[in-house]
Amino acid sequence: MQKSIIIAGSGGQGILFLGRVLTSASMIERKEVTWFPSYGAEMRGGTANCTVIISDEMIGSPVVMIPDILIVMNRASLDRFRPSLRKKGMLFYDSSLITEKLAKKDIIAVPVPSTNIAGDMGNPKSANMVMLGAFIAKTGILRKTSIISIFDDATDPRKIEAFRANKELVRKGIDYIENT
Amino acid sequence: MPKKKMLLMKGNEALAEAAVHAGCRFYAGYPITPQNEIPEYLSRRMPEVEGIFIQAESELAAVNMVYGAAAAGARAMTSSSSPGISLKQEAISFLAGAELPAVIVNIQRGGPGLGNITASQADYFQAVKGGGHGDYHCMVFSPFNLQEMWDLTMRAFDKADQYRTPVMILGDGVVGQMMEPFHPTPYKRPRLPRKSWVLNGAKGRGPRVVRSLCMGTGELEQRNLILQKKYELMKKQEVMCEEYDTKDAALIVVAFGIAARIGLSAVKELRKEGRKIGLFRPITLFPFPAKQIAALSGKGRRFMVIEMNAGQMVEDVRLAVNGKADVQFYGRPGGVVFTPEELYGKLKSAYGRRG
Repeated sequence: MQKSIIIAGSGGQGILFLGRVLTSASMIERKEVTWFPSYGAEMRGGTANCTVIISDEMIGSPVVMIPDILIVMNRASLDRFRPSLRKKGMLFYDSSLITEKLAKKDIIAVPVPSTNIAGDMGNPKSANMVMLGAFIAKTGILRKTSIISIFDDATDPRKIEAFRANKELVRKGIDYIENT
Repeated sequence: MPKKKMLLMKGNEALAEAAVHAGCRFYAGYPITPQNEIPEYLSRRMPEVEGIFIQAESELAAVNMVYGAAAAGARAMTSSSSPGISLKQEAISFLAGAELPAVIVNIQRGGPGLGNITASQADYFQAVKGGGHGDYHCMVFSPFNLQEMWDLTMRAFDKADQYRTPVMILGDGVVGQMMEPFHPTPYKRPRLPRKSWVLNGAKGRGPRVVRSLCMGTGELEQRNLILQKKYELMKKQEVMCEEYDTKDAALIVVAFGIAARIGLSAVKELRKEGRKIGLFRPITLFPFPAKQIAALSGKGRRFMVIEMNAGQMVEDVRLAVNGKADVQFYGRPGGVVFTPEELYGKLKSAYGRRG
């Protein structure tokens, strides 16, 4: 098994953090995993993206042109990365922000109203964690418990509250896929 | 088997922490992408171990501070990216001439000039052929994953002390910026010669001199012969390389650093399809694994060198092969990172072509 995932959105949406959590959870499961960010000037208020590859074998290139899975958190990222998605690939998108109908030929589209769900929880900036939950529930690449456990051991006491909130948001994302 | 402890951090951070583990207690640098995580990390970390972190006023100042710290006996490091490394070349030549141990990190980006900030391998010539003036070499390590960012950094400090020489770690934007789990190998200090030349105050002894200026008759030639002897010894003792499926290979891909990693994806794919293809990866670029490559040439084998530049290491491969095999080249200059799909296509057609 090897899955390449590109996660994209605007700076501040927690795109790189979403990727980091995914990477940490893969490490817990002793999988091979790489995380590669966009870096430099494009991050300032513009778009941010990162590539995560999860595999059972040694990973060659940490960079891919044709991802198996795409997670997009805004319209600009959808336009930029949609053409590169592998045929029959999965497209997760924030359907609170991308409201128009998408052409779904040759792809599996997974709309997740993550900004709205996070907003209902009083945490609209944490739509990334809802999306993470949805991603885990839908793909089954990693165990739900691995993701949840990331937020169990906050070594920094200032982060305990944020970690608890993240855990709830991830659960909401899982619920959304499993119960709708 | 007990599970190994694993760490997850960026390549630049892994390198910085490995330096601290190896006893580096002096770092001076000046910001430039894509290596900024190294000074950022050490600005926090150095005070914790009573080490010194300095963000200098320029690259020149930083590397000359490293010269001073090394002369005083500290394990010292500076880091930068391509344009900044060009600025440091004068002092690197001085370090080599004065026989001072130091570690210099180049997380390469696209050039020439200010170029761009994406990963590149275009500083190969500069790293292995001198870079500054005079007959000298740095020992050069080329990490291709985070495990090597950790392990080779610790090794760099030991080799710098062992040979009294500047050692360069030649990384790139990809290994610097990426994260992947790696095992933080504990540092084991090898037996190293005592630093009997250190400038630490002449109390109770005669003064010592550390310098690269040798004006006496024949003095400079003698210094040069000492350096050349060291380089010959390195060629005998310090070559590191790795081979993948080369035994029965009709086509051997030669690549270093991140190009080797991306190339390996394509080589494995072509192997799966039944093609006799392998990969040879120099880990030390100086000393270069010339003997190992020469041993693979002949028997109708062909070589394909891939680099993220316009063709630099390919010259050393051709020298090593010495006419005994056909050597082709594929490269992308200007900070373009290969894709596995692109290399798969190139290697497939190179394999198909009869040499």
